[in-house]
Amino acid sequence: MKIWHLALATVLLSFTSIFIGVSDVTPWEIFSLSNKQLELLAISRLPRLASILIAGASMSICGLIMQQLSKNKFVSPTTSGTLDSARLGILVALMVFTSASPLQKMFISFLFALLGTFVFMKILEKIKFKDAVFIPLVGLMFGNIISSVATFLAYRNDMIQNMSSWMQGDFSMVMSGSYELMYVSIPILVIAYMFANKFTIAGMGEDFARNLGLNYRQVVNIGLIIVALVTASVVLTAGIIPFLGLIIPNIVTIYQGDHLKKSLLHTALLGASFVLACDIIGRIVIYPYEIPISLTVGVIGSGIFIYLLLRRKKYGL
Amino acid sequence: MVDLKRVLKSYNHKNVINDVSVSVEKGTITSFIGPNGAGKSTLISMISRLIAKDDGDISIDGKDITKQKNNDMAKKISILKQSNNVNLRLTIRELVSFGRFPYSQGRLNKEDWAKVDEAIDYMELRDMQDKYLDELSGGQRQRAHIAMVIAQDTEYILLDEPLNNLDMRHSVQIMKTLRRLVDDLGKTILIVIHDINFASCYSDQIVALKDGEVVKQGPTCDVIDKCVLREIYDMDIDIKHVNNQRICVYFA
Amino acid sequence: MGYKKKTIILAVIAAVIALIYIFYDLSGNIGYILPRRITGVTAMVLTGSAIGFATTVFMTITNNRILTPNILGLDSLYLLLQTFIIFAFGSQSLVMMSSNINYFLSVGIMVLFSLLLYRFLFKGENNNIYFLLLIGMILGTFFGSFTDFMQVLIDPNEFMVAQDRMFASINNVNKNLVYLSLGLMIVVTLYFIQFYKYLDVLALGKDQAINLGVPYDYVVKRLLVIVAILISIATALVGPITFLGLLVVNVAYEFLKTYRHFYLIMGSVLISIIALMGGQFVVEELFAFQTTISVIINFVGGIYFIYLLLKENKSW
Repeated sequence: MKIWHLALATVLLSFTSIFIGVSDVTPWEIFSLSNKQLELLAISRLPRLASILIAGASMSICGLIMQQLSKNKFVSPTTSGTLDSARLGILVALMVFTSASPLQKMFISFLFALLGTFVFMKILEKIKFKDAVFIPLVGLMFGNIISSVATFLAYRNDMIQNMSSWMQGDFSMVMSGSYELMYVSIPILVIAYMFANKFTIAGMGEDFARNLGLNYRQVVNIGLIIVALVTASVVLTAGIIPFLGLIIPNIVTIYQGDHLKKSLLHTALLGASFVLACDIIGRIVIYPYEIPISLTVGVIGSGIFIYLLLRRKKYGL
Repeated sequence: MVDLKRVLKSYNHKNVINDVSVSVEKGTITSFIGPNGAGKSTLISMISRLIAKDDGDISIDGKDITKQKNNDMAKKISILKQSNNVNLRLTIRELVSFGRFPYSQGRLNKEDWAKVDEAIDYMELRDMQDKYLDELSGGQRQRAHIAMVIAQDTEYILLDEPLNNLDMRHSVQIMKTLRRLVDDLGKTILIVIHDINFASCYSDQIVALKDGEVVKQGPTCDVIDKCVLREIYDMDIDIKHVNNQRICVYFA
Repeated sequence: MGYKKKTIILAVIAAVIALIYIFYDLSGNIGYILPRRITGVTAMVLTGSAIGFATTVFMTITNNRILTPNILGLDSLYLLLQTFIIFAFGSQSLVMMSSNINYFLSVGIMVLFSLLLYRFLFKGENNNIYFLLLIGMILGTFFGSFTDFMQVLIDPNEFMVAQDRMFASINNVNKNLVYLSLGLMIVVTLYFIQFYKYLDVLALGKDQAINLGVPYDYVVKRLLVIVAILISIATALVGPITFLGLLVVNVAYEFLKTYRHFYLIMGSVLISIIALMGGQFVVEELFAFQTTISVIINFVGGIYFIYLLLKENKSW
């Protein structure tokens, strides 16, 4: 797959995405839009598109960075407790500040996500049995525990159903004014691109990195901060989108190889177009209602993950 | 007699053991040598039922190993793998007593305990028999595992690189013990070994493997030969006679 | 102190707590309260036994002390099923539907699911137990996505009914189901006895077990089925308590310091019963029902799990 194939797919899907919805806007009206239609595009459709593109691209890249740093193909925000920690953070923010501003929520969520991921990396160091399948297993269990803490808090405050509804990944609520925090991801992704080679080296192990004169701790910490910040901003605005950071980088690896700097752009584009496609499917299947993105990605993503696992010997994952 | 006829094993459509026929005499030490990836460990694991063969026949004393009861086989043949990282908190004595499982199913009688004591004494572990495995050095732990195999009291004993991570003194000690098991107790031992000098000095027969196929099998003196070794290892190895032993000098 | 003595002490503690739980502050309508409490204690003893027993066996098969059978996806499947019933037929249906039917349906579907999972995975060359678990967990997330979706759509009042099902609770256990579970567990235990002798050997690892004459595949498959049935029974009886097994078996190993499975199983079962009854007591007295037993145990068990992982140890 060439990079322009992916770019083309992303553009086409973006177009499709803009013109799907309950209120009709058709492509041939593009130059003769009524005010109402313009408003619709500006307030709802375009913000939705932007948030999908950012979420898809940045969560996939987070997965890629984590896989490089941990040298395990199945580590991702879903399988390392990062998503669950971010969610716990939002819950805590809501409990501490009764009317937390989005920025406060994001900051606390970021701190929790960072701490959770950091603990997971520590656990990873302690585990001597570094089996490719065993590590994500521990990570998923770790995530379950974080969410059991969240459940403990939510139950005491009678927020269980609320929690399910905020946390479900869903782009239908994205409107202008509620998603702008996601733009935080864009400069972060630029930084990720600049650090790409260093992540690859850090992934070779501490001794190897030191030998090449790299400040190992610093690079790993930067990687984790990037992951935590992106995850927090996406979870806050769009909710939890499972498996994304796990399957997209692996698919890219299969046809593109392992070089991080080369695969970053592929991963970003594939992630964006995958989420776009899932979103479009979710909007069409039970039209005029919508299936939330976490469900479509959850179903398609778990299917792909299982497929990758079954074929992992063949693809050398 | 251990008999392998046209045995085949493949992983992902690649034959790691290809058409191997070997026969091992009773009452001998037979060493399996060969470069990395030759298939030595795979072969030993197949004989001991740890992994299944894809084709061919493996029989012990004329009986197909796949048609025997697991428990009967466990009284006939035992294996010690190279990685024995037991996580349990066991003392040496407790570990050795597991060797009696095929006979006792976990309920050891007087006779079983006598065998356990015998095995512990044989490996000279009496003083430390109540020590826990995680308190032992690598050599002591290896001896404890061999004691367990002795307690299992099988005619055939298979060992997969038992000298790994051991220093020279312990390696020699272990090889001498194996020699005694064959000479005194009439056991038959099959051993995977990396160091060809240990194979040369302590074994009766050698089977040389390369790329999943048998290059040569026969008495030690036939295999430890300049031409044969070149074929196996793709390098020139000088053979010196020291104290009636053939010593391979592979330092170019 | 030896492990035998310690096991006896655990049994005594469990018995004392059970008596306290039954007779503590026994006032009002004794004829009503007493049978209810006895049912509660029986339910906790059954659940504790099933989970302690199943988890010990499971950890021995997997040669690992940080994995529990609950992560096979059974908990999520149970929640999905309960949520689906409420979503599709309304909360009234749960009340109207005989709890026996719900119980059998839940146990049946969970056991069927695990059988299919085992069957599918032991067929190919990938018959690695960690692989099995990971697939189970992914399917758990898969079920979870559906559950979340339906929960958001359910009317908030109906949701309260669903929430009751989500969290294990001892108070509304149905008496019939307790006896039904008891019967099922006795049958399973009788079936298990023939495999009991293999457990100590299985703990040595697959290679050693085969070497010592254990018909490995045969035994492990059957033990996994037993584990799945026990966990399903416990879950259908009181609801999911994911981290109870993890907590109690590790405490049993630390406390008893033996490898003998007879004592390990007894110890895990007793600690599990103590944890449940103690936890329930805390829920009722300290939190005045502001929280539930499963939330407390998952909280404590989860933190203990992280402690175990971070502590230097070579058991995994």
